[in-house]
Amino acid sequence: MADILGVPVQVLMGQLLIGLINGSFYAVLSLGLAVIFGLLNIVNFAHGAQYMLGAFAAWFLLNKLGINYWGALILAPLMVGAFGVVIERFLLRRLAGVDHLYGLLLTFGLALILEGTFVHTFGASGQPYAAPAQLTGGINLGFMFLPWYRAWVVAASLFVCLGTWLLIERTKFGAYLRAGTENPRLLQAFGVNVPLLITIAYGYGVALAAFAGVLAAPIFQVSPLMGSNLIIVVFAVVVIGGMGSIAGSILTGLAMGVVEGLTKVFWPEASATVIFVVMAIVLVLRPAGLFGKQA
Amino acid sequence: MKVLKSLALGASALAFSVGAAQAQFSGDAVKIGILTDMSATYSDVAGPGTVAAAEMAIADFGGKVGNAKIELKVADHQNKADIAANKAREWADVDGVDVFAELVTTSVALAVNEVAVQKNKISLITGSASSDITGKACTPNSVHYVYNTRAMAVGTGTAVVKEGGATWFFLTANYAFGENLERDVTKIVQAAGGKVLGSAKHPFPASDFSSFILQAQASGAKVIGLANAGADTTNAIKAAHEFGVVAAGQKVAGLLVFISDIHSLGLNVAKGLQLTTGFYWDRDEDSRAWSKRFFAKTGKMPTMVQAGTYSAVTHYLNAVKALGTDDTAKVMAKMKETPVNDFFAKGGIIRADGGMIHDMYLAEVKKPEESKGPWDYYKILRTIPAEEAYGSLSDSACPLLKK
Repeated sequence: MADILGVPVQVLMGQLLIGLINGSFYAVLSLGLAVIFGLLNIVNFAHGAQYMLGAFAAWFLLNKLGINYWGALILAPLMVGAFGVVIERFLLRRLAGVDHLYGLLLTFGLALILEGTFVHTFGASGQPYAAPAQLTGGINLGFMFLPWYRAWVVAASLFVCLGTWLLIERTKFGAYLRAGTENPRLLQAFGVNVPLLITIAYGYGVALAAFAGVLAAPIFQVSPLMGSNLIIVVFAVVVIGGMGSIAGSILTGLAMGVVEGLTKVFWPEASATVIFVVMAIVLVLRPAGLFGKQA
Repeated sequence: MKVLKSLALGASALAFSVGAAQAQFSGDAVKIGILTDMSATYSDVAGPGTVAAAEMAIADFGGKVGNAKIELKVADHQNKADIAANKAREWADVDGVDVFAELVTTSVALAVNEVAVQKNKISLITGSASSDITGKACTPNSVHYVYNTRAMAVGTGTAVVKEGGATWFFLTANYAFGENLERDVTKIVQAAGGKVLGSAKHPFPASDFSSFILQAQASGAKVIGLANAGADTTNAIKAAHEFGVVAAGQKVAGLLVFISDIHSLGLNVAKGLQLTTGFYWDRDEDSRAWSKRFFAKTGKMPTMVQAGTYSAVTHYLNAVKALGTDDTAKVMAKMKETPVNDFFAKGGIIRADGGMIHDMYLAEVKKPEESKGPWDYYKILRTIPAEEAYGSLSDSACPLLKK
C-alpha cells in the first residue's frame, strides 16, 4: 500500500471522508450565519447556543414527549426558529441601524445566558441521545468503517444547503430578500413588508442552526457547551468564505472540514488552530473572503 | 484543705483559659477557599458538587472550630492556571484564606501549589490527576488526596494488559495532565510486557473524535487508551462505539472516567468499560450513608472528587480542631500523623511527599440489565492496595525526600 508522507493512502481516504462529514456541519452552521449576516447585517454570536438548543430540543422531544428523531428533525428547528423570531422581533429589531457591535454584544450575551442556564439545569456532561434505529450500524468501505448515521449527516446537510441556496438565489421570495439587503426603503416603497422579511430570515437562520444541532445530537453528547466549542471555528469559516456569501459559506465549510481532518493526521496538535491560520492568510490576500464581493 | 482545693481549681481554670487564649486563628476564622471549574468541562466532575461537599463538611462541624468561624470561599478558575493563581494570591493577601482546596485541572493545581508555598498556606488537591504533584513538583504544603495518574495507570493499565491487551494506541489531551497520564500508563504497559504503538495528541477540549478514532483503528493496536477526561472522554467513547471499534475487536480503556461521565453516556454505550476509581458510593454502609446525604442535597451521586473534597476538608478541620490553631506547618504535621478513616478511605495515610494514599478500586461498568436503576453503575472487580496503586515512597521523584 502506497504511503503519502508516511501515512497510508487508506488512512488518508478515511480522513478525507471524516473531514467532509465535519465539513457538512460547518457548512450548515456557517450557512445560517451567512444568511443572517447577509440579510440583517447582524453577527449572530448566539448561533452556537441556538445549535445547542436544537440538540436539546431533540432530547426533550424524545424523552418528555416521546417524539422520535425524525419528528425532531422537523419540529426542533421549528421550535428554535420560533424562539429566534421572538428574539428578532423584541430585541434585535431595536438595534436596526446602529453599529454592528451592539448586535454582536446582544447575541453574545444571549448565548452566555442560554448556556449558563442549561449548565445550571442539566450540568456540563450532557445527556445521551441515541441514533435512530434505522441508521445504526454502518458499512465497511474497505478503507474505513462508515457509520450509516454519518453518511446520512452528509446527505441531509447537502440537501438543506442546496435547498437554501436555490431558495435565495433562484426564487421570487429570495429575490425580495436580496433586494431587502441592497435597498430596504426602495423595496418597501414597492409594497413589500420588509420587517417581516427580516424576521423570517433570522428565524430561518436560527432554524438552520437548530437543524445542525439535531444532526449532531446522536454524534456528540447533548451538552450545554457543545455550541461554544464549535462556533468560533464556524465564524472563521464564514470569514474565509466571505461574510454573507451563501455559496461561499457552504463550499468553505466543506473545504475547512477537510483541511482540519488532514491536519489531524499530520499534526494533531495544530488541528484546533489550522482554520485560523487559513483565515489569517485569506484576510491578508483577499480581505473580503474567498467568495466575497471585493469592496 | 478546702482552700487548697479551690486554689488548685482556680489555677487550673486559669491555665485552661490561657490555653484557650493561645488558640490561634489567623483572622479569627478558618477560611477555606475552593477553586474549581464551576461552568465548563469539569463542572460535573468537580464544580458545584465539590462546593456542596465542602459545605456539608463545614456544617458537620457546626460552622465553627472552637470559637473560630469556618468560612468558605468559592471561585471559578475556568480551568486556567493564571486565573487560579491570581485568585489564590488575592485570597491569601486580602482575605486571609488558610487553605486552597479542590483545584481541578493539573495546571491549576501546580500553579496554586506554588502560591501556597510562597504565602505559607495549605493546598488540598482533590480534583487534579498528575502524579507530578507528589513527584517532581511536590511541596511541603500540599496534600494530593483522591487519585493520581499513576494509580489510574496501575489499576486500568495492568488489568487490561493482563486480559491480553498487549498493544496500545493513545488518544491524549494535549496538556500537562494528558501527557502525564500517557507517560504513567506507558510505563505500566511496558513493565507488563505490552507495547505502545503510537498516540494522537488532540486539542483540549476537542469535539469530534472520529478522526482520532480512525487513526487508532489504523494503528492495529488492541487497546485504545483514552488519556483525557470529562467531555473529551465521553465524546471519544461515543465515537468509538459509533465506528464499531469494539465490535471489530479493539478495546477502549478509559484511563480517567468519573461516574458523572457514565451517567451522561448511559450504560448502553458505556457497558463493559473498565476503569479505576478512588471512591464508589455503593461500596459499603458508610459510603452509602454519606452519598445519600449528598444526593439529597444535590440530586446526584458524588464523584470521587466530590466525596474526596468532603473527606479532605474534614481531615483538615479535625487537625485544626485538635491543635487549636490554623498554623500551616503545625496543621500539615498533624494531618500527616493522623490516618484518614472515614466513609471515603480506610487507613489512608498522608506521606512525606504529600500523597494521601489509600486503596483504589478497579471497576467495570454494568450492562443495562444488571443495573437496578440510576447510579447503579459499577461492579468492583478488585481492590488495589494503596501501596500498589501509588508506588512505594522510595520510588518517588519528590525532591523533599532526597535531602
